[in-house]
Amino acid sequence: MKTEGLIKTLTFLCAGSSILIVFLIFGYTLLEGLPVLIKYGPSVLTGLYWKPYADPPQFGLLPTIIGTLSVSGLAISMATPIGIFAAIYLAEYSGGGFLKSFIESAAQLLVSIPSVVLGFIGLVFLVPTLAKFFGGWGFSILAGGIVLAIMTLPHIICISSDAIKAVPRDYRYASLALGASKWQTIRKVVLPAAKSGILASIILGLGNAIGETMAVLMVIGNPEVPYIPTSILDRVRVLTSTIVIEFNYAVWGSDQMRALFAIGVILFIITAVVNLLAFHILRGRIHAKKI
Amino acid sequence: MQRRSEILIEALTWVASFIPAILAGAMISFLLFNGASAVSWKFITGFPEKGGLEGGILPAIIGSIYISALCMLMAAPIGIGAGTYLAEYAPENLFTKVVRFFVELLAGIPSIVIGLFGYVFLVHGLGLGFSILSGAIALAFMILPWTVRVSEEAIRAVPRDYRYASLALGASKWKTIRTVVYVAARPAIITGLMLGLGKAIGETAVVMMTAGMGITGYIPVSPLDSARTLPVHLYLIAGEIANTSESLKMAYGTALVLLALFLMVSIPSLMLRNYFTRRLYGDAG
Repeated sequence: MKTEGLIKTLTFLCAGSSILIVFLIFGYTLLEGLPVLIKYGPSVLTGLYWKPYADPPQFGLLPTIIGTLSVSGLAISMATPIGIFAAIYLAEYSGGGFLKSFIESAAQLLVSIPSVVLGFIGLVFLVPTLAKFFGGWGFSILAGGIVLAIMTLPHIICISSDAIKAVPRDYRYASLALGASKWQTIRKVVLPAAKSGILASIILGLGNAIGETMAVLMVIGNPEVPYIPTSILDRVRVLTSTIVIEFNYAVWGSDQMRALFAIGVILFIITAVVNLLAFHILRGRIHAKKI
Repeated sequence: MQRRSEILIEALTWVASFIPAILAGAMISFLLFNGASAVSWKFITGFPEKGGLEGGILPAIIGSIYISALCMLMAAPIGIGAGTYLAEYAPENLFTKVVRFFVELLAGIPSIVIGLFGYVFLVHGLGLGFSILSGAIALAFMILPWTVRVSEEAIRAVPRDYRYASLALGASKWKTIRTVVYVAARPAIITGLMLGLGKAIGETAVVMMTAGMGITGYIPVSPLDSARTLPVHLYLIAGEIANTSESLKMAYGTALVLLALFLMVSIPSLMLRNYFTRRLYGDAG
């Protein structure tokens, strides 16, 4: 009887450890980033210039934030249509069996291929190809968007297909019985019913894209002085790439290092919001299903 | 006309669903085609020379295996424990909901933020320095949600009847979990953990900021040694491509070895996973 209680407590502690870890991560990152956030105030978010070596230094992230949003936005707009179509095939046409598990395994494999390998292929193949077709550097929002779309696609496929599968069968039968074709049923009945789950998959994909580091970093060019991009062929910096690049040069305890932690805080908050949104939406769907 | 558009749509979704497989296949073939000539016995078992621009990558291979193994040693037991709690003990109350949310939140935290945290908390705060131990702990934080998720799913997939049969024979709850549930869930847990190991092997940002970047001419032994792993080596060498021609060959070779290590762990687990899932559900049906 004693072991029973002990085991229950032990597993309870294991489960609770995630909460502790999240608080540790947020607490320590905030503690390091806060001095810069207080010292420079809202100009961190709205400032146009990132000049850590100037006197006095400037830590404006606006061009970097716009860079992040444009790369991730481009990625999502490429990955979403393909992802939803693939999810429809998985959930509605594949009929289970070998083909379905093959497609799912491929998506799982693609999502866990080391991102630095993806970035390397982007660097030696994609960037020169883009430079040949469009001229210029090749390092661009476009290159980052394509690489990120590849990494986001499996997320969208998996979550969307789950959402489509969760639509009750009766809906489909009712539509088919009214004489609608299979595609009409999917378009007019199944997709609207799965709408919130698909939306959640896009939001989570966006969150993943914003937080992705290595693959994007290697193909977007990272100009010395970030500027607001005007074309998708412009080089940009993103939040994550700024941390990696300057981490090597920043001195422990300097404002520059603290500014990198401030970027970490911003990334953490974006992730938390994205997850809260998706959590909320998915819970709404489960409630709807019960009704 | 109606009929034709139906077929067209189905074909379109079919094509879309194969895109991940095509992309993965294309990338693997691309590296095999371009990298095979760079990989030799000397490359795999040799030590780096001239800052990694010549010679071999043995210390990086060992460093990668060392860090990811140590990481799984920490993340696996906690993940299985948490998965057991969520699948077997957790009542449907607020705490359980909060735990689930935090597991998802932790999974969503960008790896670079975990790297920053590892740098301030492990490297400086706890004084572990840039070391294999710091790298492994930070990596374990990153992998933990994955191990929780696969353990919970595997334990949940065990048919209820197995538990009832064991309980009816007079076994206690923990004895049932230990001798019946874990045994039935073992293949799914192990393959899931292997997939997590694959993710750990490929992670760059976290390890770079906690285990260090210095090129080492020796094999790391102590967990307090600093180590440069394969992904970090690839990233740093790839940064030299514009400057020297040798580095391109070295980078291709490193990328191929890293990919091979990753695939050796991932492909068998993915295949076994499908096989076991089907067998388990087959039994239940």
